[in-house]
Amino acid sequence: MIDTSSDPAVAMRGITKRFPGVLANDHIDFEVQAGEIHALLGENGAGKSTLMNILTGLYRADEGEIALHGRRVDIRSPRDAIALGIGMVHQHFMVVEPLTVAENIILGLNKPRFALNMKRAEEEIAALSQRYGLRVDPHAYIWQLSVGEQQRVEILKMLYRGADILILDEPTAVLTPQEAGELGRTLRHMAAEGKAVIFITHKLDEVAEFSDRVTVLRRGRVVATLPTAETTRSDLARLMVGREVLFRLEKEAVEPGETVLDVQGLRALGDKGLPALQGVSFQVRAGEILGIAGVAGNGQRELAEVLTGLRKASAGRVLVGGRDITNRSPRVVIDEGVAHVPGDRLGMGLVPDLAVSDNLILKSYRQPPFCGGFFLHRDSINEHADNLIAAYDIATPSPATPVKLLSGGNLQKCILAREITTGRGLLVAVHPTRGLDVGATEAVRRTLLEQRAAGMAILLISEDLDELLAISDRLAVIYEGRIMGVVDAASADLEEIGLMMAGTEVSTSNPKP
Amino acid sequence: MRLIIEKRLESSRLIAFLVPIASILLALLAGAGLLAAAGVNPWQTYRAMALGAFGSKYSLSETLVKAIPLMLSGLGVSIAFRMLFWNIGAEGQLAMGGFAAAGVALFLADKIPDPLLLPAMFVAAFLAGALWGLIPAGLKAALGVNEIITSLMLNYVAILWIEHLFYGPWKDPQGYGFPGSAQFPKAAWLPRLTGRVHAGLIIAIVAAAFLWLVLGRSKWGYEIKVIGENPRAARYAGMSLARNILLVMLLSGGLAGLAGFGEVAGISHRLQKGLTVGYGYTAIIVAWLARLNPWGVLLVAFLLAGLLVGGDQIQITMGLPAAMALVLQGAILFFVLGGALFAQYRLRLVRRPPGLSTSAEVTE
Repeated sequence: MIDTSSDPAVAMRGITKRFPGVLANDHIDFEVQAGEIHALLGENGAGKSTLMNILTGLYRADEGEIALHGRRVDIRSPRDAIALGIGMVHQHFMVVEPLTVAENIILGLNKPRFALNMKRAEEEIAALSQRYGLRVDPHAYIWQLSVGEQQRVEILKMLYRGADILILDEPTAVLTPQEAGELGRTLRHMAAEGKAVIFITHKLDEVAEFSDRVTVLRRGRVVATLPTAETTRSDLARLMVGREVLFRLEKEAVEPGETVLDVQGLRALGDKGLPALQGVSFQVRAGEILGIAGVAGNGQRELAEVLTGLRKASAGRVLVGGRDITNRSPRVVIDEGVAHVPGDRLGMGLVPDLAVSDNLILKSYRQPPFCGGFFLHRDSINEHADNLIAAYDIATPSPATPVKLLSGGNLQKCILAREITTGRGLLVAVHPTRGLDVGATEAVRRTLLEQRAAGMAILLISEDLDELLAISDRLAVIYEGRIMGVVDAASADLEEIGLMMAGTEVSTSNPKP
Repeated sequence: MRLIIEKRLESSRLIAFLVPIASILLALLAGAGLLAAAGVNPWQTYRAMALGAFGSKYSLSETLVKAIPLMLSGLGVSIAFRMLFWNIGAEGQLAMGGFAAAGVALFLADKIPDPLLLPAMFVAAFLAGALWGLIPAGLKAALGVNEIITSLMLNYVAILWIEHLFYGPWKDPQGYGFPGSAQFPKAAWLPRLTGRVHAGLIIAIVAAAFLWLVLGRSKWGYEIKVIGENPRAARYAGMSLARNILLVMLLSGGLAGLAGFGEVAGISHRLQKGLTVGYGYTAIIVAWLARLNPWGVLLVAFLLAGLLVGGDQIQITMGLPAAMALVLQGAILFFVLGGALFAQYRLRLVRRPPGLSTSAEVTE
């Protein structure tokens, strides 16, 4: 039944949430009608997740009230939210791998109190997936499913629980362009059935493509709520960032030099002992950015780890500047001039509790002028920190501040500053702009392009196709540990890349040099 | 009204200083309750303990005597803990240090010139403790064996080994059946500073200064810090975890071994029952309460030694079981560790107006 009354499905009024030192939500008014797809747009830290966590009962608002279908409610826990028909699909799926789709969907429900009628549940799930076009086999095990299929399981789980308010947190981040299109149709279908769909995003294209209305948040406040049809991409970008945004970075024409990184038939196992890389070969030349595109979990992390000595290769060779560094220790790889911007900034790239200055010498503390045999030279370390903080525009109260107190963008600037000063020749950058706001993203991309112009060979691993297309010279698509093809970034066809990301081999438009 | 816990933005120096003091006061308050329940006057008991531990030159020197092994093994434990290597084996490393020092003093005294005898015992004790510490370190580095289990188990091996010696082959034939070796020659006695306080105190202070310098100023100290804070970043930066585990345990075990050296060469002058009375375990408390700071270890070791000596004292003067001191020790640890939470978090009282709403007013 479609709610035809004027009461919105969700009405959040005056929502305020403070965290120590941060006003995450500042008197936010947010309404979603039944039957509409509503995009919640904002940069990282704008307060989107906080607002949705309040709606799903994970956080409690300091001030404000929530009404669902015109009735005031008190959501004290995720359990309350589920009971009220609010379902959320998180960015990281909450599924149990060794169980089947049907088992995952009924997990945690206390509906059948004693006897579990699996067959009936499976039939119901099959009917639901039919109705919403969410193709997935209820008998399949989660570990057999692709990421896109797992997402469908999550959506089915919410529908099975009777959710009529669905929240999706950056749902397309893990999908190929084709899968994203399919998701859009599903959302449309659900809205047509009278459900209220909210999706959190910071991608402007998705807003335009999927949503009926959009609410833009900036720094914890609502900047605007508009019908999507009345907006343009640049309007939204300006609202989101608060200033004009450069969509195109100036990319100098650089004539690539000699081959710096030569990867030959590389194979390696993943954490679970299953093959993660299955014969990967490619080259990166000086002054060139080779982008590695692919859906998360297709061997990107393992590739970066093998190249930097953090994971053993089971076969194949890695040559840097003509020297074989296959299976050498991270120390040797560092000494060979390989810089590494890891995907996990605080977990691997930095030591959270140490000072900014100490983090800036993480790769060079053994060498003069920072170390004279046994003792460290504080003066040189501090001078180095002052120089890098100025050169890379790192916002920190002081060089002695623990690095964990810095914002995401400044953390990444610290890592980049350090890696660029210690690296010579090759830079392996993994998700360098993930989770950064537009300003910091721009700074990071600019730095990468500067290094390219300076003759560095850069391997850029990213899940952000726009980023890869914007700054790489060539693009290699990885799928299940294999390179499906290498294309020229300037003339790349998005459809073709999408097919390769989904596992279709395509004749490469730009064969290896 | 309800209480919520939230993270402090920055833990201020004042808070870091006030919290342990408040914790100790609360522990004493809780202990007072226990003492009152045991039917004695808490105030008198605490007074007796304080006087017994710090009230006279004699009691102060006795407190220092007990503090020395706590300081040395506490320093050893603290450096291992800094690297997240949970060395629970200081007791065994101390025993092996005592064993090696005694072996040199008993069997090599006539082969080594007198002035070199103590240095030889010092080196032997350090090496024995270090080797004992290297067993769990090597197992961890090579095979990933849990060091908590191995280092703890090796304590029993070491303790039984020295018991075997002083009950058996090393037993003094002129000892009237008393479990202990023969007395060391005079050249193997550590000089005394005052009362029974021996030169081990100087070794402990020098060791603390050394650790402070290494941890704060050296390349190695930097590696230990990075490994302790984020082992993945350490590997990423090209540091060898295995090498550092071995090096740190060499030092950690060696320092505990020196505690054993101090006990046999400075106090008992023989290997005898009573060498392993739990200093190695108390050292864990010392290291923890001192937040792994070398100078803090010296201070906390002194205070905890006072608690032990004062505990003995109330046994005599108040007729209370010595276990009372252990209870207090436990209470202090409990409160200080619990209090550490408040250095990082704060409690806030939040009031909620009645009715079905999500609004809540904030009260500071």
